Amino acid sequence: MANKTSESFEFAKKKNKEEMKHHLITFASMIVFTLIAFGMVIGDFHRLFTIPVIILMAVVQVAFQLYYFMHMSHKGHGLPALMLYSGVGVAFLTILAMQTIVWW
Amino acid sequence: MSTATAQKQGFGATLWDYLTTVDHKKIAILYLVSGGIFFLAGGLEALLIRIQLMVPDNNFVSSGMYNQLITMHGTTMIFLAAMPFIFALMNIAVPLQIGARDVAFPFLNSLGFWLFFFGGVLLNLSWFTGAPDAGWTAYAPLSTTSPGHGMDFYVLGLQISGAGTLIGGINFLVTIINMRAPGMTYMRMPLFTWTALVTSVLILFAFPALTVGLFLMMFDRLFGAGFFDPTMGGNHVIWEHLFWIFGHPEVYILVLPIFGLFSDIISTFSKKRLFGYSAMVFATVLIGFLGFMVWAHHMFTTGLGPIANSIFAIATMAIAVPTGIKIFNWLFTMWGGVIRMTAAMLWTVAFIPSFTLGGFTGVMLAAAAADFQYHDTYFVVAHFHYVIVGGVVFGVFAGLHYWWPKMFGKILDEKLGKLAFWPFFIGFHLTFFIQHFLGLMGMPRRYWVFHSGDGLDLGNLISTIGAFFMTLGTLIFLYNVIITSIKGEKASADPWDARTLEWSIPSPPPFYNFKQTPLVRGLDPLWVEKRQGNGKMTPAEPLGDIHMPNNSFIPFMISLGSFVMGYGLIYQVDDSRWLFVAIAGLLITLGSMFVRSVKDDLGYHIHKEDLEEKGAGSE
Amino acid sequence: MSDEQLQTLKPGQSPHEPEKATLEGKNKFLGFWFFLGGETVLFASLFGTYLALKDKGAETKAQELFGLELVFIMTIILLTSSLTSVYAIYHMKNLDFKKMQLWLGITVLLGASFLGLEIYEFQHYVHEYHHTFTSSAFGSAFYTLVGFHGGHVLFGLLWIVTLMVRNAKRGLNLYNAPKYYVASLYWHFIDVVWVFIFTVVYLMGKVG
Repeated sequence: MANKTSESFEFAKKKNKEEMKHHLITFASMIVFTLIAFGMVIGDFHRLFTIPVIILMAVVQVAFQLYYFMHMSHKGHGLPALMLYSGVGVAFLTILAMQTIVWW
Repeated sequence: MSTATAQKQGFGATLWDYLTTVDHKKIAILYLVSGGIFFLAGGLEALLIRIQLMVPDNNFVSSGMYNQLITMHGTTMIFLAAMPFIFALMNIAVPLQIGARDVAFPFLNSLGFWLFFFGGVLLNLSWFTGAPDAGWTAYAPLSTTSPGHGMDFYVLGLQISGAGTLIGGINFLVTIINMRAPGMTYMRMPLFTWTALVTSVLILFAFPALTVGLFLMMFDRLFGAGFFDPTMGGNHVIWEHLFWIFGHPEVYILVLPIFGLFSDIISTFSKKRLFGYSAMVFATVLIGFLGFMVWAHHMFTTGLGPIANSIFAIATMAIAVPTGIKIFNWLFTMWGGVIRMTAAMLWTVAFIPSFTLGGFTGVMLAAAAADFQYHDTYFVVAHFHYVIVGGVVFGVFAGLHYWWPKMFGKILDEKLGKLAFWPFFIGFHLTFFIQHFLGLMGMPRRYWVFHSGDGLDLGNLISTIGAFFMTLGTLIFLYNVIITSIKGEKASADPWDARTLEWSIPSPPPFYNFKQTPLVRGLDPLWVEKRQGNGKMTPAEPLGDIHMPNNSFIPFMISLGSFVMGYGLIYQVDDSRWLFVAIAGLLITLGSMFVRSVKDDLGYHIHKEDLEEKGAGSE
Repeated sequence: MSDEQLQTLKPGQSPHEPEKATLEGKNKFLGFWFFLGGETVLFASLFGTYLALKDKGAETKAQELFGLELVFIMTIILLTSSLTSVYAIYHMKNLDFKKMQLWLGITVLLGASFLGLEIYEFQHYVHEYHHTFTSSAFGSAFYTLVGFHGGHVLFGLLWIVTLMVRNAKRGLNLYNAPKYYVASLYWHFIDVVWVFIFTVVYLMGKVG
């Protein structure tokens, strides 16, 4: 019995290691996104081009954080995802209102 | 560690028990008692308002006092009376309805209560030095420039009690999701549990906006920030948005659980399963969803422009659809049922037309163009009192009659219950129905006096007479509570011949609720068993040890610390030495949290043998 | 259920996901995620307020005020600390307590240096530009939003350090594993908020 759990432990350990490799790739790409965002601003492109791109970079980066670093891609994260996205929905409405209907 | 259940205790021991309890049934009682006290305070304020408005050009209270009264009446009733009543009902019923032994976070449950309590006490202490006076909506710049400390008490009192509410919301979410008994699928949950779930979601997403709004106002008033000060570039429309992004969902936070308990009551006392159960669930979720998209209908006259006003007007009207679904489903449930007109049912039946009237005026107010006429008149006052009194207060009375046996083991006297209902019901319509017309005649809300010759005399007099009737009804209910606790009859486990799990265990339930977790075999689980001739639930597990959480004094200390900190923050404007008080409070809070995280709190077990001994007592 | 919870976990004999092995752990996991959903709305309200008040009433506008070098360094530090806390959880899942503590220690150091830089940055704005909390609505909104994030970082540091010190001697068990896991979620969330702060406040402030 103990042998069996230790076997499956070795298996899980291997899987964890595999996943850790993905985490490193994730981290590297997050650094790249950050560099692109800063580079866009320093490079002084047109603002109507820059702003959407840097926001996109931020969103992708955050998705990486959520799905890989915070393990939302794993099983059993349905409800956390549902509630987080509901929060994002309310957040979106709030920011939209503060941008558009506050007079000036 | 064995079961330490001292039966007859002295006063000190009982007090200590309640100060440290983590039992959801006792916390329900705490919420009920403190909510009841605040309800009486808010009611007294309302009575004073109505006396001032009884005759034209009255001088019963000063204009400044009047502003404090209306502000404290609104704030107290929403935050310190309606909210704790909702939490009292959720605490007593939800864990029992899903077959759980306690909530998911018993410690946090207690913390939520004590934060609420200390916030409420802080707010009401303002009466000694001048209460808040900028209206319960606290619009800037009126609130940011209000002299004295009244509004500071408002900001910090609500901040502290709001934190408690948020904690409570998360607690019930996790409880309902994780703690259901075997077989209790989502679509078998009683409607009260469903509405508690949706309400908790609304709390989770609505209260942070209030938290931020209150922080900004605190920074403006106490630390010289300029969020709402146009001379510094600030913008007071931000406050209106933040307040109503919270404030509108708050209305649904209050009324949804009430919808749920009416659904349970109607199906119990009609001896029928709820008509259109899944449509009811759907309507509940839809109301919760739409509730977040309508907040700006409180701001139609702020000048957000025709496009914004149109969008919010349409979204608001859309909410009438799921609400209508509910009204019809209740009617259809009663139709053809074996109706028993108990006191709980009486309040329920009275609720339907009363609330529907509030709904009608809601749709009228939602028409943005028409709202320019209604805005800030007594028409609005009449509307929201129809919704909140006709909905929430009626619901709380119904819920208390329904669950009183489960909370206290005694049935509230039915005769007195009905005797309390009639003056309250008649008084309610006398008070508020006429206010629709006062509003249409142009009487603005929040004014200290009206003048003779404006044609408002008779209407206001009638309204005030109604308020006295409501007072009479409340007093009879209180008398009923006292009489019942002295010589009420002992309630059986299932005094209403009801349908849901909470009635399958003794009244009041043992502190571990279910000796064995029940197996749920359908919607209205107890009814299913009754129909099949069992009469009681089948256990889902063999009798075994039960794990229970330990009592704790830490929630009280954390909340006390924030109370002290709030007091210090309010007065550091006058004298910076008060900052030390604030820091001391913060240290009490952080220190208590530290103790909590460092000390292992594993709870204890009730042993199987002790349970078997006690078995004789339960049924 | 209770006393077993305090037994130190050993590789090969214990569950792979110690953070979700008990009901208490499952409850904590779910409750904390929901709390983060609420925090999303909290920060959105602050972001909304900031965007509505950006540059309002201020003599020095965002474009001249902000420098990107320091912000870039702070961003890299916080991103790295996110990775190191992932490493800590990786070792937690392998039930290697010592390595977990080590990586958490590195996370704390990175977080503390982030906080130090943030304080330096605020000092700089106050002294060089007289851009203070009370100088304008822009100042109030800026310090509130960024300061709320900084406060979260500080709280996260205190929390993780408390956990590390408390459990240093007794190792990982089913009682404290959920606590570690939840603390790491909190730390990632702080990073998520920062990604939006550097994008919306600093980069968009610079673009104008």
